[in-house]
Amino acid sequence: MNASVLYDHPGPRARLRNRVLSVVVAALLLAGAYWIYRALDAKGQWDWKKWQPFFQEMPTPGGPPVNVWADYIVPGLVGTLSAAATAMVLALAFGLLFSVARLSEHAWVRVPAGMVVEFFRAVPLLLMIFFLVYGGYYVFGTAVPAFWAVVIGLTLYNGSVLAEAFRAGIRAVPGGQSEAAYSLGLVKSQVMRLILIPQAARSMLPVIVSQLVVVLKDTALGYIVAYSELMLEGSKIYANYNNPVPVFLVLAAIYILINGTLTLIAHLLERRANRRGVATAAVRPGTAGPAATGGA
Amino acid sequence: MDVFSDPLNRQAFLDGFAMILKLTAASALLSLLLGLLLAACRVSPVPVLRALGAGWVHLFRNTPLTLIITFCFFGLYSAMGVKFSDDIDINNYWLAVVGLSAYTAAFVCEAIRSGINTVPIGQAEAARALGLTFAQNLRLIILPQAVRSVVAPLGSILIALTKNATIAGVIGVAEASSQMKQLINDNGDAAVEIFAVFALAFVVLLVPVGYGFSALANRLVVRR
Repeated sequence: MNASVLYDHPGPRARLRNRVLSVVVAALLLAGAYWIYRALDAKGQWDWKKWQPFFQEMPTPGGPPVNVWADYIVPGLVGTLSAAATAMVLALAFGLLFSVARLSEHAWVRVPAGMVVEFFRAVPLLLMIFFLVYGGYYVFGTAVPAFWAVVIGLTLYNGSVLAEAFRAGIRAVPGGQSEAAYSLGLVKSQVMRLILIPQAARSMLPVIVSQLVVVLKDTALGYIVAYSELMLEGSKIYANYNNPVPVFLVLAAIYILINGTLTLIAHLLERRANRRGVATAAVRPGTAGPAATGGA
Repeated sequence: MDVFSDPLNRQAFLDGFAMILKLTAASALLSLLLGLLLAACRVSPVPVLRALGAGWVHLFRNTPLTLIITFCFFGLYSAMGVKFSDDIDINNYWLAVVGLSAYTAAFVCEAIRSGINTVPIGQAEAARALGLTFAQNLRLIILPQAVRSVVAPLGSILIALTKNATIAGVIGVAEASSQMKQLINDNGDAAVEIFAVFALAFVVLLVPVGYGFSALANRLVVRR
């Protein structure tokens, strides 16, 4: 249903009322923005000293000058992106494996796979990461580096979410496809590999891209276990220059820029798939599943 | 169950979960109210309100919750002096609730908006033909049907919120994950046992919630 059917096509009076309301609301919002600006100003958050590190190299006594972009933000971004990319590749493999396992005809494969998926979807990511970081030494006899704790945690959680999405995607392929393949003499693994997964994968593309947003956001948990990603590098900046508000604003802008672009790409892919008649709506977790809401 | 035979450790486990439930309850209520309001904004005839709703969703859905909650402490509280209580524990609890609610409201808003899209056009047209205004139409006809159709996604949001409540630990709220971390630090050789107990508690808590919400969704769905 279109939002516009909630109200009549505005006539002269409604147009006037909407315009008045627009002005009033805009005035209220501007007043709110001004109030926030003043509140920040009263606490000295607009001081040049707090913003200077983002615009100038900062001299350090007895050392080379510091450039917060080159020394903190870019390395942090590299940390964030490399953890997200590694986790996403592994999660795709995990998701593919477990979605196929859950569709198996053998109960001894299907049931344990289902339990694994349910388990990792229900356990908070932070709990897994803490277990790997703080318990890793006692369990594996060697400390688990923060990078791998974050990546393994992200893989298990997002892999499980993707497994469910893949399963729905494979099921959404019309039954005639596999019937035709079987009638040509293909065996089950061939049907899965040659017929079902390639078609499901295409309809899954929007889900995969929007899941990437979840993975990227969740890498911020690395901050809590001292993995050098964007948040942790940012915290070094405000530890040095006592400017948490500017730093958080800059970091949030970076996250929003990257994730907003990914969301846009997911929407475009979905539109294209819908135009071609590939069913994505049924398997898209954005509307029902945990992916859109999941994680941090 | 050696570690948890010590009453102190058992208490730490129970305290951690009680805190998760407290964080979840307050944030669920606040984010539901805020999310409804934002969804109403997003479909309203006033363009500025629509932009406000869209802006909120874009801002909070694309920012990591860790950053939002950390900002609540270092930005709102430390730098700007927003304070809820003189008791540091209570203060941090409410700061975490503010962060969790602002974040979750964006998802609630989107879920309800997708629910509004499932209500047939005829319903709104009939309401308008009866002379109902936009606010009456939304309140009496559209939202009651829209909310019923998004019970399942709202359940997923509630489950995600419960798990996300663990992130409150980053600003010193003694919730389940920080209690687990402390217990593992003190009893390293029982790390697996401690993790298993905490993880299974979440599974036992959340898997039935998921099934409960799908059953509820099936019962409440408006059959057409």
